[in-house]
Amino acid sequence: MIYLQLLIGFLRVGLFSFGGAYAAIPLIREVVLSYGWLSDDKLSYMIAVSESTPGSIIVNLATYIGSAQAGVPGAVLATAAAVLPAFLIVVLLTALFKKAVQSELFHAALDGMKACVTGVILATGAYMILTGCFGSAQGFSADVPAIVLTAALAAVYFGARKVRKNGMSPIVLICLAGAAGVLAYGWR
Amino acid sequence: MKTLWTLFFSFFKIGLFTFGGGYAMIPLIERICVDRKNWITHEEMMNITVLAESTPGPIAVNCATYVGLKRKGLAGAVAATVGVVFPSFCILLLISFFFDRFLQIAWVASAFRGIKIAVGILIADAGVRMLRKTPKKALPISVLLCACAAMLAIDFFSLHVSTIVLMLVSAAVSLLVCLAGRRTQKGARK
Repeated sequence: MIYLQLLIGFLRVGLFSFGGAYAAIPLIREVVLSYGWLSDDKLSYMIAVSESTPGSIIVNLATYIGSAQAGVPGAVLATAAAVLPAFLIVVLLTALFKKAVQSELFHAALDGMKACVTGVILATGAYMILTGCFGSAQGFSADVPAIVLTAALAAVYFGARKVRKNGMSPIVLICLAGAAGVLAYGWR
Repeated sequence: MKTLWTLFFSFFKIGLFTFGGGYAMIPLIERICVDRKNWITHEEMMNITVLAESTPGPIAVNCATYVGLKRKGLAGAVAATVGVVFPSFCILLLISFFFDRFLQIAWVASAFRGIKIAVGILIADAGVRMLRKTPKKALPISVLLCACAAMLAIDFFSLHVSTIVLMLVSAAVSLLVCLAGRRTQKGARK
């Protein structure tokens, strides 16, 4: 049963993730939370781990969740399910309907989806930052260390762009945040 | 057979040495497939990038499948795709075996509470970058704002509406507006 859920869950992710890893995160979050595979916190941790390990972030998350839920077979299944739609669509597009990719209507639909994903990811980012600082809508409480950390990390991350053209790499930000977390929340 | 192995190993290398996923992989794919191996032309590489953006799924997989297909047909596509996925599969599999125990260490748990904040910032940043690339026209901006408001409502009130529904509605609206635009253009010409 869990195998079927992993298959369907990650086929959904693989089929509807347009525009790179971060654009897929709201959808992955929805799938993962609806099946109860990970908590919101644990998912954030795994996004950081996937960002700091080589390879595609979507694939990394699929492998981890599959393995945590159903061992090695689960990992194989979830990874295959996340990859299969992309694989099949590229094969079909290059073999059959090259024209479709160039058509105006296809691009109209695609632009609509991209605009939608942009809105969705902005909302997800805002939601994650707000709940991190103030708790959920149900249990409102201001978390002062989290508010200070959010302000400081955002200042450093976006400030780095003023100093260096390429700004700061996400991995450096994740390491800094880890160190700041240890200082803020204690090491024992 | 030898070409299949070369495809597998080249994409294995790409999968192993690129951090941050997706767009971070494109320069290395270009260096290996265009400059070093001459598997595809520079122009094809541009087309692949566009194709990868307009097809679902991990961008690295889109690229690997396309290059493999060009070089060696379906078998090549499989070899390249498996190659690009394999390194991260192994690494994350290993991590999954000890991650829960690792999180029980006090300072690691503290570090991840900080890291969670960084992830929120990274996601918001990705959203802002995509916002900058969105054409400043009435239709995409209104779709974007509606989707953003809907998603906030879904999150804060724990509504059971899938983002897939939001995406399909947005695609349908854009398609209809495009069709309507065509019709009025034709009408104007008459």
